[in-house]
Amino acid sequence: MSDIMTAPHQDPAMTFENAASMGLSREEWDLILTRLGRTPNLCELGIFSAMWSEHCSYKSSKKWLKTLPTEGPQVIQGPGENAGAVDIGDGLAAIFKIESHNHPSFIEPYQGAATGVGGILRDVFTMGARPVALLNALRFGAADHEKTRHLLSGVVSGIGGYGNCIGIPTIGGEVNFDASYNGNILVNAMAIGLANSDRIFRSAATGPGNPVIYVGAKTGRDGIHGATMASAEFSDETESKRPTVQVGDPFTGKLLMEACLELMASDSVLAIQDMGAAGLTSSSVEMASKGGLGMEMDLDLVPAREDGMSAYELMLSESQERMLMVLKPDATDTARQIFEKWDLDFMPIGKVTETGRLVLLKDGDVACDIPLAPLVDDAPEYDRPQAEMAKRPTLASADITDGRPVTEVLAELLGSVDLASRRWIYEQYDSQVMADTIAPPGGDAGLVRIHGSRRGLAASTDCTPRYVEADPRTGGAQAVAESWRNLSAIGARGLAITNNLNFGNPERPEILTQMAQSVLGMGDAARALDTPVVSGNVSLYNETDGSAILPCPVIGMVGTIEDIGAAVGMAPTAGMALVVIGQTAETDDGWLGVSLYARNLAGSPDAAPPPVDLQAERRNGLFVQQQIADGLITAAHDISDGGLAVAVAEMCIAGRIGAQVALPDGGNRHGWAFGEDQARYIVATSDAGALLAEAKAAGVPAAAIGSTRDAGELQFGDENAISLEDLSNLVEATIPALMSGG
Amino acid sequence: MQVIVNISLKEGVLDPQGRAIGRSLTDLGFQEVGEVRVGKRISLDIDETDPARAEQRVARMCETLLANTVIEDYEIEIAGENEA
Repeated sequence: MSDIMTAPHQDPAMTFENAASMGLSREEWDLILTRLGRTPNLCELGIFSAMWSEHCSYKSSKKWLKTLPTEGPQVIQGPGENAGAVDIGDGLAAIFKIESHNHPSFIEPYQGAATGVGGILRDVFTMGARPVALLNALRFGAADHEKTRHLLSGVVSGIGGYGNCIGIPTIGGEVNFDASYNGNILVNAMAIGLANSDRIFRSAATGPGNPVIYVGAKTGRDGIHGATMASAEFSDETESKRPTVQVGDPFTGKLLMEACLELMASDSVLAIQDMGAAGLTSSSVEMASKGGLGMEMDLDLVPAREDGMSAYELMLSESQERMLMVLKPDATDTARQIFEKWDLDFMPIGKVTETGRLVLLKDGDVACDIPLAPLVDDAPEYDRPQAEMAKRPTLASADITDGRPVTEVLAELLGSVDLASRRWIYEQYDSQVMADTIAPPGGDAGLVRIHGSRRGLAASTDCTPRYVEADPRTGGAQAVAESWRNLSAIGARGLAITNNLNFGNPERPEILTQMAQSVLGMGDAARALDTPVVSGNVSLYNETDGSAILPCPVIGMVGTIEDIGAAVGMAPTAGMALVVIGQTAETDDGWLGVSLYARNLAGSPDAAPPPVDLQAERRNGLFVQQQIADGLITAAHDISDGGLAVAVAEMCIAGRIGAQVALPDGGNRHGWAFGEDQARYIVATSDAGALLAEAKAAGVPAAAIGSTRDAGELQFGDENAISLEDLSNLVEATIPALMSGG
Repeated sequence: MQVIVNISLKEGVLDPQGRAIGRSLTDLGFQEVGEVRVGKRISLDIDETDPARAEQRVARMCETLLANTVIEDYEIEIAGENEA
C-alpha cells in the first residue's frame, strides 16, 4: 500500500503485468522502479512505455544509426529534430524527412496512409518550412494475395486524399510487391519543404516560466499507444487490441500549417514540436529534455473532443493536427489572434520549469511527477546479437539463361507487376498543385522549381529489398546509390538523404544483421557520394506471426539542379544515338544474381546481388549530371530492375519511339540485356562521338549501343522486333487489371 | 423484404465532416448546435421472408462491404415486407 501512497494520486500503482502489456520488458520495468524510487501510476507507466518504445527511443537501432555520416558543409540540421535541413544556396534550406505509417495503414489503409502524409507534413512545417513536395515508398503483398487490392486501393486513396486536399504535390515514389508483405505492408511518406536558412525552428524549450501552448485540433481517444503498437509484431490478436484509429483531417492540417507559418514569421516562437507518435508525451518530454529543463502542464486545460478523458488518455492520444509550442512570454496574445483567425484551438496549458521533471496536473491534483532524465538519457540502448551470414555465391549467367530472343523475355518481365507502369497509382495524386512541378511521378526523380527562380529541387525514394536480403551491406549501399542515380539521370546533384529503416524483429539475430549491415552500407555510400543522413525513422517488428518482411531500408534523397531548363526526362526523340554509361563496348555479359530476371524467370537461385562500386557511382553520376547541364545528353534513364533492355524499353515507351540496339557478338545475351550491374545509365544524344570522347576524357566507361528510330519497333540485333504498341500495352495493362480484379 | 442499414462512425472517431457541418450551422446562426455526427443510411431490397435470416445476411454484407468496421458501427433495421 505504501507504493500507492507515494505515487501521485488517482491511478492505482502499476505492476509488472501492466508494464508487460504495454510492451516493456522485465529489465525495463526494474529500471523504472529504480529510477523513480517508487512504483509508477498508469499515466506515468504509459509515458515510460511510449518513450522507451522502439519508435521513440531507437533502443535497438541507435548503436547502428550512430555510425551514419550526418555532417557536411551543406547540413544545417542533422537527425534529432522534427526533420533535417540542408543549405541549398540563395539563403534557402531544404527541410525533409521520411516516416513510416506501416501498422496503421494495414489496419485502416485510407486513414493510416492519410495520417502518415499529415504527420510527415507537420514534421516539415514545424521546422518553419513551407512544404513543396511529397513522395512515398510503398510495399504491398503479392499481387494475387486477397488483401493486396483492398490495401493498395485504400493506401493510394489515403495518400491522395490528404496530399491533394492540403494542396501539396506528390512528385515521386515507388511501389513494390512481394509475398513477405502480405500481412505487413509498408507505407513510408516523405515531405520536403523550403525555409529561409536563418529562420529554422527547433524543439528545445527555453526560458523557465515561458508559456507552453497547445494548438491545433482537439484531443480524442485516437490511436492511444500507437507508438508502442508500432513496435509490436502483428498477430491475430491485434484485431481485438487495436486502439481507436486516427482519422486525418487535411483541411484542419492546412489551417494548422498556415497558422504556424504565419506565427513563425513574427518573432514569437521559441520552440515548437509536432505531436506525432505518443502525442503530448513525446512532444513535451522532448522539448523539455532537449532544453535541459522541466515542464509543468495542467491536463484539464487540454482541449478535449470527448468527455472524461483520463490523464493517461490525454498524454497518449495520437489525435492528429496538433502542436506544442513554447512562446515568448509577451507573444501569447499575438499568437492567440493568429490561431483564432485560422479557427484552431489555442490554449496555454503550462509552463517551462527548471526542475528537470515532467509534472502533470489533473482535476487539481498531481497526476504525474517524474524526472525527465531517465525518460530520455536512460532510455534503454541494446547491443543485440547478429547472426553469421553465409556469403552467397556468384551466379554464372549461363546457369539460368536460355536462347530465347531478348524481346520475348523482355515482354515477360515488362508484363510483371514489378515493372508495370505505376500510372494507375500516381495519377490519383495531384502532382501539379502549387504550379512548380517540372518532373511529375513516372520518371527517375521528381523535380519542382524553387519558386521564383530557375533552380530546382529534385527528389527520389528507393530501395531494392531483395538485394538487402541477399547481402545487407551491399543492399544498403545500393539503395543510396540508386537514389543518387535517379537524381543524376534528370541532371540533379544529390545533397543529403533521409532514411526509413523497415525491418522485422530486431531481437532475432538474422534481422539485426540485416539492419546493422545495411546501415553500414548506407553509411559507406553516403560518405562516398557526399550525401549525409539528416533525418529518418525506424520501423521494426514488421512481422506477422513470426515471419519477417523482406528488409527495406528506404532512402529518400534530395538534391538540386541549377537550371530547370536543362533537366532531362527519359523520353528520347527520333534520330538519337543511345549510349550506355558505366560499361564498355567489350561488355558481353552481366550480373544476373538476385536480378528481377533471376527472381521472376529462374526461381531466385541463391546468389550474391550485384556489387556496388561507390567510386564508379560517384564518377559516372557526376559525369551524367555535367553532360546534361552542357546539353550533350538529351534524355537519360538509370539502369536498375530488369537491366539494360528494360531501361531501353522504358525510354522507348516514354518517348513513343522505336529503337535498334546492337547485341554483343559473343558472351551471354540475357546476361548482357537483363543483368543488373550498378552505376549505369542509358542516355540519348545527338552526338555520340562527342559524348564518348567526353566520357573517355573523364575516365568513364561508355559505349554506343544503338539509336532511336521512327519504325515504332524495338529490336535487339537481328532478333524478333517488338512493336511499341505491344510494349506500352504490356506495362500499362497490369495494374489496372489487378485493381479491377482481372 | 426491406432492410435499412444505418452506418455511423464509432464513438470517439474524429468526424471532420460532422465538424464542418457543426461549424457552418453555428456560423449561420444556429447557436444551439453542439456536436454533429454524420452517417449514412442504406436501404436494401432483399429476397427473403425470414427476418432473422435477412438480418444475418445483411450483417455479413455490413462486415464485408457496407461498413468499414474498423472505424464504423452499423445498425440493421428490418423495415418490413416489400409492397407488390
